[in-house]
Amino acid sequence: MITARKDIQLDHEVILSLIQPQAKVLDLGCGNGDLLYLLIKEKNCHVQGIEIDEQAIYKCVAKGLNVFHGDVDSGLAEFSDKYFDYVVLNQSLQQILHVDKVLIDALRVGKKVIVGFPNFAHYKSRLQMFFKGRSPVTGALPYQWYETPNLHFLSISDFKNYCRIKKINIERSVCIGQSRRIPFLPNLFAQTGIFLISK
Amino acid sequence: MTKEKIRNNGLGIVKTQNFTFESLKLESGEKFGPLSLVYETYGSLNKEKSNAILITHALSGDAHAAGVHEGKENPGWWNEFIGPGRAFDTDRYFIICSNILGGCKGSTGPASINPKTGKPYALDFPLITINDIVNAQKKLIDHFGIEKLLSVVGGSMGGQQVLSWLVNYPDNLCSAVPIATTIRHSPQQIAFNEVGRQAIMADGHWKAGNYYEGVAPTKGLAVARMIGHITYMSDKSMAEKFGRAKKETGEPFKFTADFEVEGYLRYRGDNFVKRFDANSYLYITKAMDNFDASGGKRFEEVLRGTKAKVLVISFKSDWLYPGYQSKEIVKACKLAGVETTYCEIDSTYGHDAFLLEVDEETHLLKHFLKKVFYAYEVTGDYGA
Repeated sequence: MITARKDIQLDHEVILSLIQPQAKVLDLGCGNGDLLYLLIKEKNCHVQGIEIDEQAIYKCVAKGLNVFHGDVDSGLAEFSDKYFDYVVLNQSLQQILHVDKVLIDALRVGKKVIVGFPNFAHYKSRLQMFFKGRSPVTGALPYQWYETPNLHFLSISDFKNYCRIKKINIERSVCIGQSRRIPFLPNLFAQTGIFLISK
Repeated sequence: MTKEKIRNNGLGIVKTQNFTFESLKLESGEKFGPLSLVYETYGSLNKEKSNAILITHALSGDAHAAGVHEGKENPGWWNEFIGPGRAFDTDRYFIICSNILGGCKGSTGPASINPKTGKPYALDFPLITINDIVNAQKKLIDHFGIEKLLSVVGGSMGGQQVLSWLVNYPDNLCSAVPIATTIRHSPQQIAFNEVGRQAIMADGHWKAGNYYEGVAPTKGLAVARMIGHITYMSDKSMAEKFGRAKKETGEPFKFTADFEVEGYLRYRGDNFVKRFDANSYLYITKAMDNFDASGGKRFEEVLRGTKAKVLVISFKSDWLYPGYQSKEIVKACKLAGVETTYCEIDSTYGHDAFLLEVDEETHLLKHFLKKVFYAYEVTGDYGA
């Protein structure tokens, strides 16, 4: 059972629960490095981050993390096959230009891949679309259409469908709302989908 | 403590010291000696000798990295980075900086007296390499009884030395920080250096290097330095610094230094010749051009097995040592499985940025060194 601790994001808590201790982890789009820091502290993992934002890099370095300044789209090519136990794409998948290519590469360099993304088919989004006829702005999708960093808008069902077409195994999926797991009708009620996949 | 306060409380008066040793086997096979390296140290070496950091200087640098010399006003070339509470915190670390072999700021170079002839070496000085420079530094480090350096840090040609340390003495360092540098010079980098060398050799006073008893080839060296300065700045930093502003020269000639930028380059060139030896310029730039950290192999293969942690820093507007060259270092580290951090700092200063972007570099260096020093313990410290 995953419960949210006060100072830890629920999605981080979920991802933490999916990763084995002492694993080698690459976080694509690691942001300020909060997740990687947790992975070191609580799971004794060997971690590496890739992040495009310079200020975020400084925060990662202040946490003692190894991080590459660069974009996710070109960051994977050099790693050998199955170099990492896990490659994490948390809240970055929807912002990557060539998602398909990056996912294929992530599944190559990682034994397993963990993907976390905002669910576009959450009922609040659906209501906004239906009643207001406007692009949704919600807790998980907090941006106006003209300022969003998101390039792709996908639902939990979309991702499951993608995995089926691409013959990617979904080993586990955890769908969450603001503060708890959503086991019932996740594509309608979950704000975030987190998938553990492998090929 | 405010930033201003940190900056004002530097190291104070520092002294340059001298280390002489019998000989050095050069990469060419030649045994060369005796030779001297001048160096400065800041902070103190701990009992375990585990807190020593070697700082390697760039083309025109010297051993005087920080503090001021007695009776002088100008602080060392990386003064804002070295001192209590600074990036290289002298309350914590022992900092060593030596003038390179082949230099002209006290270490043995072409202007030094050849004991066999009693005259300056001039072109009898052997053609040295970056690895030779580093091998000489290793002697100095051995002299201190330091088995393992906490880090070797340097920008530009200093970064080439860092890479040489990483490749040749991987077990003698815990970490390495190559800044704004490259595994090997590109044709463009060689070309700029060659124009500088040609300017010196085209000066009638150069006389195949034998000018020490007469007039030095100052015009040629000044032109070389002017070219250098153009490559160290960015289009933007030049535009911001000078624009198209004109100076009031009052001179009735054509082709005076009308524009601010012309005056600046002339001033820089003329100043440089007072403190630099033309032959040293030839030898050092040649060593930079010849350097290839990979030794002709794939760089990742050379690095494989390295336990040292690496921090690579580049600057966005640096077109002399562009970011892609730093990324090649990072790529090789990735492939070799070396623990690496890379940051491209958003700066408009061009190549000079490594001397000027104090806050960003300080943040990176401080936390990186702390991590290495405290055995990679993750501290979670957000403080800058």
